[in-house]
Amino acid sequence: MDNLLLMLAPLFSSKLLLVLFFGTLFGLILGVLPGLGPTTGGALILPFTMTLDPLSAIVLLTSIYCAGTYGGAITAVLINTPGTPAAAATCLDGYPLAQKGEAGRALGMATVSSTVGGIFSVIILVFFAPILAQLAYEFGQPEYFALAIFGLTMLASIGEGSPIKNLIAGAFGILISTVGKDFMTSIDRFTFGVNELTEGIGFIPVVVGLFAMSEMLTQSTLINQVFNRIALKAIKLPSIDDYKKTWKTILRSSGIGSFIGVLPAEGGTVASLIGYSEAKRFSKTPEEFGKGSIEGIAGAEAANNAATGGAMVPTLALGIPGSATTAVILTGLIIHGVRPGPDLFREQPDFLYGIFGAMLIANILFFIFGFFGAKIFARITLVPNKILWPMIFAVSVCGTYSLNQSIIDVWIMLFFGVLGFFMRRYGFSVVPVIIGLILGELVEGTLRQSLVIFDGNWLMFLTRPIALTFFILSLIALAFPLIRSRKIKRINDKV
Amino acid sequence: MKNVQKSKRANKSLPFFFKDEFKVLFVIILVSLILLVTTFTFDVVPPILNRGIQPATFPKALLILIIAMTLIIYYLSTKNPWKIEKKLPKSFFLTLFSFILFVIVSKTLDFFLAISALSIFVSYCWGEKRLFYLLLVGIIFPIIVFIFFETILGLRFPPGIITNIYYS
Repeated sequence: MDNLLLMLAPLFSSKLLLVLFFGTLFGLILGVLPGLGPTTGGALILPFTMTLDPLSAIVLLTSIYCAGTYGGAITAVLINTPGTPAAAATCLDGYPLAQKGEAGRALGMATVSSTVGGIFSVIILVFFAPILAQLAYEFGQPEYFALAIFGLTMLASIGEGSPIKNLIAGAFGILISTVGKDFMTSIDRFTFGVNELTEGIGFIPVVVGLFAMSEMLTQSTLINQVFNRIALKAIKLPSIDDYKKTWKTILRSSGIGSFIGVLPAEGGTVASLIGYSEAKRFSKTPEEFGKGSIEGIAGAEAANNAATGGAMVPTLALGIPGSATTAVILTGLIIHGVRPGPDLFREQPDFLYGIFGAMLIANILFFIFGFFGAKIFARITLVPNKILWPMIFAVSVCGTYSLNQSIIDVWIMLFFGVLGFFMRRYGFSVVPVIIGLILGELVEGTLRQSLVIFDGNWLMFLTRPIALTFFILSLIALAFPLIRSRKIKRINDKV
Repeated sequence: MKNVQKSKRANKSLPFFFKDEFKVLFVIILVSLILLVTTFTFDVVPPILNRGIQPATFPKALLILIIAMTLIIYYLSTKNPWKIEKKLPKSFFLTLFSFILFVIVSKTLDFFLAISALSIFVSYCWGEKRLFYLLLVGIIFPIIVFIFFETILGLRFPPGIITNIYYS
């Protein structure tokens, strides 16, 4: 009961309500604009959060996360381009339905299912994060090391694209985290005599580079692309028939999304694809999928928004991000001196339940904004890229510079922009780099401290049951893509 | 789609060292090897201070892992060539050039001027020819951002020919 009251606290604070209002609005705009999204937006706004208290800062970032994930659906339905990667599956049925003159119905379903998925995941977050945090009390250094390895292998396994390429990207992210002074011995590593590198490579220049700048380069290859925009008259709430047809799909996808979100993987992107395919599998009319199925929209949208709350579970309970955006939120927590993990639940319940409450309110707010303002948000996509991207560049450069007031950070950002572009071009996902970078210190630190505890005996890892379980799960995660591809091959051979 | 298929066909008929897969993976291995060699230059901690492993061991292990996985990818790519999209357009190279221009101008002349120059250059190269919009993205917007960061975050931008005038 006390916790419930703590969750309602944001409602009674005009400052937090204002932050929520702005965050949701900003998140929606970011979600609508193809190429931007909650990850880039969160990274860009991170310097501004320094002027806020920790709770307001994290509330701002989480509301951007929730609304940004939904915002991608508007562009997916109206211009067949996902505003965020998590909305890719929404295009499959959202756009065909809009082409049939039912854009309002498609967006109505997307809005309702996103809200239900989001609220469902907050409930999961409220119940499961404290349990996971309680379990984390059993974790020592070896367990955290095994958990971080499990997180990275899961990311490689169920993330987008080739698992081996994802592993390389993850290892590269960890490698970036080793730049600078070694935290245990203060010995310089990969600094090449550059003083600014002794403090290491910051998270923000890498995130802004890999997401915003690489996207700017991608947009430079698409300047002649023409979008077929579908006019939107008004959003329509789903009819009784639509609800009857989709309620099971929405609940199933909410569950799937929350579960996928908890796993340290690509959050909403993977969740929406699985939510969509499961909706098709259970549908009585699977032949309608891809041609404007209302169930397809519900399945994808409920899942991607459900992943937001799910991804916050390991982020808050263990300090291990469940997605790229939660990695940004985790950085926000660290910058504001909040250390995620079990102690946070014991020492600062008001802070945590304030975040949970804010996420709940953000889901309701984006429903209202989406329902009444989708038409206006859709017009944002009319801003030409030749105007929009130079502006984003100016904000990115100043935002990156502002954290350490270092011009080297800006150059690092540009370097990672170019690198990110080529990584994406050749099929390497940039998300594992981000997760690897944020987990790098944890992986190395826990490994080295474990070896100190074990007196250098690596086999001692196998004597710890929890660590051993995570290692076995990691092996299963690595074997999963192999099993999957063999199964697909066998099915194809039979056909 | 046609472009992808064409480039895939063209890619198949090339000698291995001209193929995109080889070039990309060669660069990864080359950079990893250079970094691996660099790890041998890291200071070594005396045994009495050393806790667990040497500071160079962890990056070495990572680099060896990256090289090993890159070789696996190369082996797999010989069976399933990558699908690489069409050649990059001129606008991409101009944008890339603008990044280099930004670094040079921000280092030698002025940070604000560099933002302004890049914004106008990119906007123009992407097809914007209207003077008002070029001024909007190149001058008006950067000034707003500059003042916003300066007043809200109390940021002090690096000295330069224009920034110095502002601060004086």
